[in-house]
Amino acid sequence: MKLKKFGERIPQSLFFLIALSALSALALITIFIFIEGVPLIAKVGFFNFIFGMKWAPSLGQYGIFPMIVGTVLVTVGAVIIGVPIALCCSIFLAEFAPRQLSMLVRPAIQLLAGIPSVVYGFWGLIFIVPAIRNYLGGPGLSILAGSIILAIMILPTVISISEVSILALPPLLKEGAFALGATHWQTIRSVLLPAAKSGILASIILGIGRAVGETMAVIMVLGNAVALPSSILDPARTLTTNIGIEMGYASGEHQQALFATGIVLLVIIMILNASAQYAIRRK
Amino acid sequence: MRTGFVLGDNIRTGLSNYKIKLQTENACLYYGKFQALRNITLRIPERSITAIIGPSGCGKSSFLRIFNRMNDLITGARVEGKVELDGQLIYEAHFDIVELRKKVGMVFQKPNPFPMSIYDNIAFGPKQHNRYTKSELDKIVESSLKQAALWDEVKDKLGQSALGLSGGQQQRLCIARVLAVEPEVILMDEPCSALDPAATLRIEDLMRTLAELYTIVIVTHNMQQAARVSDTAAFFMMASDRAGELVEYGSTSQIFTNPRDKRTEDYITGCFG
Repeated sequence: MKLKKFGERIPQSLFFLIALSALSALALITIFIFIEGVPLIAKVGFFNFIFGMKWAPSLGQYGIFPMIVGTVLVTVGAVIIGVPIALCCSIFLAEFAPRQLSMLVRPAIQLLAGIPSVVYGFWGLIFIVPAIRNYLGGPGLSILAGSIILAIMILPTVISISEVSILALPPLLKEGAFALGATHWQTIRSVLLPAAKSGILASIILGIGRAVGETMAVIMVLGNAVALPSSILDPARTLTTNIGIEMGYASGEHQQALFATGIVLLVIIMILNASAQYAIRRK
Repeated sequence: MRTGFVLGDNIRTGLSNYKIKLQTENACLYYGKFQALRNITLRIPERSITAIIGPSGCGKSSFLRIFNRMNDLITGARVEGKVELDGQLIYEAHFDIVELRKKVGMVFQKPNPFPMSIYDNIAFGPKQHNRYTKSELDKIVESSLKQAALWDEVKDKLGQSALGLSGGQQQRLCIARVLAVEPEVILMDEPCSALDPAATLRIEDLMRTLAELYTIVIVTHNMQQAARVSDTAAFFMMASDRAGELVEYGSTSQIFTNPRDKRTEDYITGCFG
């Protein structure tokens, strides 16, 4: 009897330990980034680091404000382009598409999530960037190019989560609206979408998180200039690309500054994920 | 032997004084290849309560959903035969389904308020069909809630979520929501099955009041409820191929005290079902 109980406890402890190792990886990475980055922020000054306009590691100047602006602009652009497309797509899949069609489209959209980001970046560099340069002017490597690429990359996240949240609504809601003489579109607009709004909001927030965190594809199409952009046709640099570009040759204080950039990113992503969780739970 | 509707019934039970509101003639319902209802011929008198009774799976709810074309939502569902509202064939291609559902409202088995405020729940239907000013909507909301005997309980919290109401209140809210679009017929699909006895009695009282203005068709599992509230009753049963059939139709008192068909008698006296 006792032996049996002991036999039960071994796998239990084993699984606990393994689960703990995943958690401790998170803790270790976080701690490491903070240990590396915080001293630099302290030295430069929190305000100077966040709102400093000049990033010149060779001169010891570490201001990441242009990159924060770059991140925000590229992400907002991706949301403006991507979210309406994604919402239309999820509404179509959840409400209008015949079964056979949605069975075809759904895996295709999932496939979008499986394309490596370097392929997106390469495609953007070959097609999007020249197109912008030829038709809209500027260098082509630009915020607009980054936004277009990211808009495509966030589609699977936003589409699948918002579709699921529409499909998860009780069928009685839809029947109730139909029974009152509402048309299909009126039902979607006035009943289903408001009822699914917390899930839709969460999908958008998670999409934003994906856009903020994306590095490779953005490096390839954004131009990476460290300056405040004056239009969406200007190149820019995001927080992630800053780390991605300079990590190869950074050392000492410069390397610390990159970790400090990582802290800012981590905090942004944590805030986004927490608000997505909040949005999901609120319903 | 299958007994359909006999025209003579009406005369015998005094129903001939009523105008016929809804009527089916040899109505059949199919879900794909499966036949759910066979040759239902039934006339439902205006401003009265008609109860549809019968064992589970006999197609009572499916039959109810014929009248507001709710079966249209199910792919592969198909109705044959005649279904009429005020003598008009509602399955004709040119028949306006939105108009139909405005005239023929429906209350569901489980209360299904929309996740919005009490006020918005009631205003939802009218808003889809017409442009109203705020004060017109206020009036519609108030009168619908009064008619559904819910006004006194919610008048101070119209802005609160309808999901915070009790089950019985939610069901009366759903009735008020139907009343707000000024229907002529109210279909009720086991409206009390999710409610406690006190809430059930309130809904039944409400139904009696509403029957003075509206034609009510109710599907119910509860024999006492059918006997208490309805004027006429139709007994459905499943045939051997699982298609629902109408066994007997007549005034409620006749069905419950003097059923003509042995199967009706067996069911009502509780021998099966």
